[in-house]
Amino acid sequence: MSAQTLYDKLWQSHVVHTEPDGTTLLYIDRHLLHEVTSPQAFEGLRLAGRKPWRLSANLAVADHNVPTTDRKNGIADPVSRLQVDTLDRNCEEFGITEFRMNDVRQGIVHVIGPEQGATLPGMTVVCGDSHTSTHGAFAALAHGIGTSEVEHVLATQCLLQKKSRTMLVRVDGCLGKGVTAKDIALAVIGRIGTAGGNGYAIEFAGAAVRALSMEGRMTLCNMAIEAGARAGMVAADDTTIDYVRGRPFAPRGEQWDQAVAYWRTLHSDAGAHFDLVVELDAAAIKPQVTWGTSPEMVATIDDCVPDPARESDPVKRGGMERALAYMGLQANTPIDRITVDKVFIGSCTNSRIEDLRAAAAVVKGRHIASSIKLALVVPGSGLVKKQAEQEGLDRIFRDAGFEWREPGCSMCLAMNADRLEPGERCASTSNRNFEGRQGAGGRTHLVSPEMAAAAAIAGHFTDVRKLLS
Amino acid sequence: MDKFTVLNGLVAPLDRANVDTDAIIPKQFLKSIKRSGFGPNAFDEWRYLDHGEPGMDNSVRPLNPDFVLNQARYQGAQILLTRENFGCGSSREHAPWALLDYGFRAIIAPSFADIFFNNCFKNGILPIVLDAAEVDRLFNEVAAQEGYRLVIDLEAQTVTTPSGHVFGFQVDSFRKYCLLHGLDDIGLTLQHADKIRAYEARRRQSEPWVFM
Ligand code: SF4
Repeated sequence: MSAQTLYDKLWQSHVVHTEPDGTTLLYIDRHLLHEVTSPQAFEGLRLAGRKPWRLSANLAVADHNVPTTDRKNGIADPVSRLQVDTLDRNCEEFGITEFRMNDVRQGIVHVIGPEQGATLPGMTVVCGDSHTSTHGAFAALAHGIGTSEVEHVLATQCLLQKKSRTMLVRVDGCLGKGVTAKDIALAVIGRIGTAGGNGYAIEFAGAAVRALSMEGRMTLCNMAIEAGARAGMVAADDTTIDYVRGRPFAPRGEQWDQAVAYWRTLHSDAGAHFDLVVELDAAAIKPQVTWGTSPEMVATIDDCVPDPARESDPVKRGGMERALAYMGLQANTPIDRITVDKVFIGSCTNSRIEDLRAAAAVVKGRHIASSIKLALVVPGSGLVKKQAEQEGLDRIFRDAGFEWREPGCSMCLAMNADRLEPGERCASTSNRNFEGRQGAGGRTHLVSPEMAAAAAIAGHFTDVRKLLS
Repeated sequence: MDKFTVLNGLVAPLDRANVDTDAIIPKQFLKSIKRSGFGPNAFDEWRYLDHGEPGMDNSVRPLNPDFVLNQARYQGAQILLTRENFGCGSSREHAPWALLDYGFRAIIAPSFADIFFNNCFKNGILPIVLDAAEVDRLFNEVAAQEGYRLVIDLEAQTVTTPSGHVFGFQVDSFRKYCLLHGLDDIGLTLQHADKIRAYEARRRQSEPWVFM
């Protein structure tokens, strides 16, 4: 058999049936659900008199609408409450396992899947959410789906898919101090653009990727969708296997050994063909800060806001001008002169224990600038929160002037009460800087947890490497 | 799902690249548990001068006169003409629901984001990829001629301009078949139920931990 990519292997092992035009019925191992994209799917099942095909494949959690402050009295906003209650009712009616709002295992769907071992190497994982690409960090084929597909997976345990092309993003060399997986992700998007990955499944490889923890690999795969690729993935290795061992949904005993033997085959074979190869040198990557309203509008911390006058493509120039107007920025402003109003450390990109440790290391013994209106830390799950508290990270953040909140999506998309006011500027560890993403009129700059922490301390963007030395 | 065969529709131009699904339907409207009624809030932040929230009477809200879809000449448009990477960002199917509810049945662009592209077919919207030069030409023609219409023939896979110029486009044969007949994917898939069960039986042997 010819050399296969990791994607080929994952795809092939899940094919149930293929139509003559290549449309394939692909089997889905794990289906994660949340409150925003599932109600219409359950309603569809009910109307058609259908039942979930395999209950054990599903795991549900409410994350987008949940408040991050006191939860004892439930959810104040009646519309949010209805959506969360609807998920509870649907899961009860159909018999689906759900971590409810006050369960310590509750959290952002892409944080809890891996944390519980519900995401395993070799699986196909889907969720009605584009950042499902996160789970590809486990050598899984994982991508977001729409609500019709949520219903389709519930009813049939399959998806209709066309095979993607393959892209290898190889990051060789060694990341510098204070440079993170988030910076790799933004550097890749800066290079290939937000449409660069359209139609591709991306495999991240190279020494710098191998050296990342699972948290870092999840951050990287999480952002694959911002590069236009539905799926991002990393081959399985000892780091993967060590992370999965002992998690509640992970296999045990004899099955564990059998699983590990299989998982060790989940990598691209030597000489496997990729349709496109992109190479980056990790040592050359600097801390990244987005300046516009698309993740591809990114610069390095020692750079300036670009000048549209120097862009020859009229569509691009128009986009840049609009972005600068929206962001309230002048061309050629040094990035480290941009002041921020709010800081958000959280989201499925950067809310895991390692992210919080890294941000805390920057913050420790310091205090946020007096100009900062609000600095939030929102752990990705109840278990991350508990762990952080055991390590004393909550104290470090609180002492520095941060607020320490309950887990959820929070200000990543501002469906709950956490949001930017019009014109407010935020250093955010989330993944999207679209217009209005963090609140109507809000201005988002995407950065790593370390860079967000540094911005909170300085009151403006600053090179975290200077704070670390 | 409604069938899509031949559409003779008014064209509205949205001259922006990378229009994301947050822009197509802002998040506050995602709190609905229904799949209809999103049309009045399509492009909400661009379309209205005030800030929209669910439950508002949209008919009395101040329209943004600078937003192209608000112009009188584009009222009733069924075909959206736009730029590259349309529908990027969040996977929310509320985006195609909003466009459909607004009245669009077809979208023409040089490229689309994957998940959005897929979601369109599930809702009877035909996304058409033409090359950038062809899209440019259509933008020019729409601007030049009020009441500009295109005829889209899915069976023949053609877009025909008022002057009779014909552009061909590609579409997967399976998606085309489903759209032409307004077929429900789930029903089609369940015709393969035996194959799904046989597949599961094999995997239960080789990877039993997946089924715990
Ligand atoms: S944290 Fe943000 S990007 Fe992630 S699932 Fe929640 S809303 Fe989506």
